[in-house]
Amino acid sequence: MARGRRTLAVILALVAVTAGCASPDEPAPPTSSAEASAAYPVTAGGVTLDQRPQRIVSLSPTATEVLFAIGAGPQVVAVDDRSDFPADAPVTDLSGFQPNAESISARTPDLVVISNDLNDIVASLTTLKIPVYLAAAATSLDDGFRQWRELGALTGHPAEAEDLVGRVGTEIDKLVAGLPERATPLTYYYELGPELYSATSTTFVGALLGRAGLTNVADPADANGAAGGYPQLNQEFLVKANPDLIFLADVTCCGQSAATVAARPGWNTMTAVQRKQVVALDDDIASRWGPRVVDLVRAVTDAVAKVPA
Amino acid sequence: MTRSQPLWWLTGLLAVAVAGVAGLAFGPVRLPPVAVATEILNLLPGVRMQSGLSEREVAVLLQLRLPRVVLGLLVGAMLALAGAAYQGVFRNPLADPYLLGVAAGAGLAASAVIALDGPRALLPAAAFAGALAAIGLTYLLGAAGGRDRSPAALILAGVAVAAFLQAGQTWLMQRHADDLREIYSWLLGRLATGGWSDVRMLLPYVVGTAIVVLLHRRELDVLTVGDEEAAGLGLHPQRSRLILVAAASLGTAAAVSVSGLIGFVGVIVPHTVRLLAGASYRAILPLSMLFGAAFLMLADLLARTAAAPAEVPIGVITALCGAPFFVLVLRTHRRVAL
Repeated sequence: MARGRRTLAVILALVAVTAGCASPDEPAPPTSSAEASAAYPVTAGGVTLDQRPQRIVSLSPTATEVLFAIGAGPQVVAVDDRSDFPADAPVTDLSGFQPNAESISARTPDLVVISNDLNDIVASLTTLKIPVYLAAAATSLDDGFRQWRELGALTGHPAEAEDLVGRVGTEIDKLVAGLPERATPLTYYYELGPELYSATSTTFVGALLGRAGLTNVADPADANGAAGGYPQLNQEFLVKANPDLIFLADVTCCGQSAATVAARPGWNTMTAVQRKQVVALDDDIASRWGPRVVDLVRAVTDAVAKVPA
Repeated sequence: MTRSQPLWWLTGLLAVAVAGVAGLAFGPVRLPPVAVATEILNLLPGVRMQSGLSEREVAVLLQLRLPRVVLGLLVGAMLALAGAAYQGVFRNPLADPYLLGVAAGAGLAASAVIALDGPRALLPAAAFAGALAAIGLTYLLGAAGGRDRSPAALILAGVAVAAFLQAGQTWLMQRHADDLREIYSWLLGRLATGGWSDVRMLLPYVVGTAIVVLLHRRELDVLTVGDEEAAGLGLHPQRSRLILVAAASLGTAAAVSVSGLIGFVGVIVPHTVRLLAGASYRAILPLSMLFGAAFLMLADLLARTAAAPAEVPIGVITALCGAPFFVLVLRTHRRVAL
């Protein structure tokens, strides 16, 4: 993952350079002004825009949520087939998994937001002189906040973005601070799929759950980070590790529930199952780093608070 | 060729026993060997001994590790037996469920069930239909050259069919990104999730296939000399072929539907057996089952422990051992052909 991130950083840097070359004017220094109208040209996240974008295409469900939350919704003309929130987002058949430069450019965007540089899409769009903001999967809450601020700056809503970061940060701090003190931290297993794929503390969601004072049983399975923070766990190990809490992020995708978990061989001996501490999460919220991350933290802290200290 | 057969029978049984014991004794969770032995003996009627294991450790041993070892035994025996049967039926030493497209056909059908949210109970039936369709297609394409088709034509047809079906599968995976993890995990092979229910599902297919294939061991030997000769000896080569292919495909499909795609067992094991114990299918078929079972139980032990507490997909392990072996077999086979 470290290498992947570095590659990504290199790509980002390259994109920044090519984007810089593509624009005829020298990029202005980044602005922190709340006066949106006077801010352009603006540079954020390696992208420089000469004027406020009016035709944004978002190929990232997270970015779509962020854009609408910071008031840039009216500027969004098309979102990908998985951007299902908010309900009034202009969903199209564009795919973030198989981004296609031609179909994207057919929407004549003046800003494209994407979470993965698949199919060399960033280079293709850059060639077409379409600015691309790459909002790669956040690795921490602060990383997510940085993206929100950058999206705010690019779309001309820096104040709203700052406000959103403030509200979400405060809300999460409040939820975490409200948790009871414990002598020994609770342990948890975070399930991404019934094949026992999990997320370690190095991931965005792992870091978030770590803030709630929880210990992740998956951490030893990817100690060197070779699995990118998403190891596939062994069943025996999980039953023996006996986490206090089980969080299911595979409810909608894979039909998992407290009942299906309890029915797995050997799992009925686990504390989390016996004490009904198996928590069904919303798959979508749990896999995005947008404003609804508060709902995820609330689901987690509610479950933690119910476990007697 | 049968002079040293009893020795190989003994070796095969010993290999199964060693692999089984090792599979039970070791795992990502360390359990004292004496306690493991005690709990296993407790399974016998009338025996009740204290092993000192907690309820959770007993569950780990009896509900997770033991069924997994048994599943390894069944899947390994099944894939190796099917491989041996295909090699006999097609008179082609390289035939196996993977090269003939059988696994790809079963894979595509099973992925479709997963991606389209079909009931999981449909998996074996769908996998069987896909397997039969694939091998039918391979056979038709391979036979297109005429009566005296070469072994190479069949294998090439199988490779083409497999590539075609895998493309379909890739497309399906791309259209159903939500199911990617589940399908992908299945593609890499796993002996993990279902516990005893998977064993119960697979057992009748393995037993049925084994009975049918083993009953036809003489036919397989005769088929090696050629269809006309077989007919001259009073056999119905086409009928035997059909029965054997159907049985092997059904068994493969059932194995694949619980274990995912585990490559190379079907080609490595029968070959090793042929090299060691001679070319008669009377020896190759049952010995392939024994060595296949032992091989897969050991491969799964590696899959469980190599990166514990993470899992390594078992298909990765079998292919890592299988690919170099396959090259070796190809080389020696060419030498024979020349």
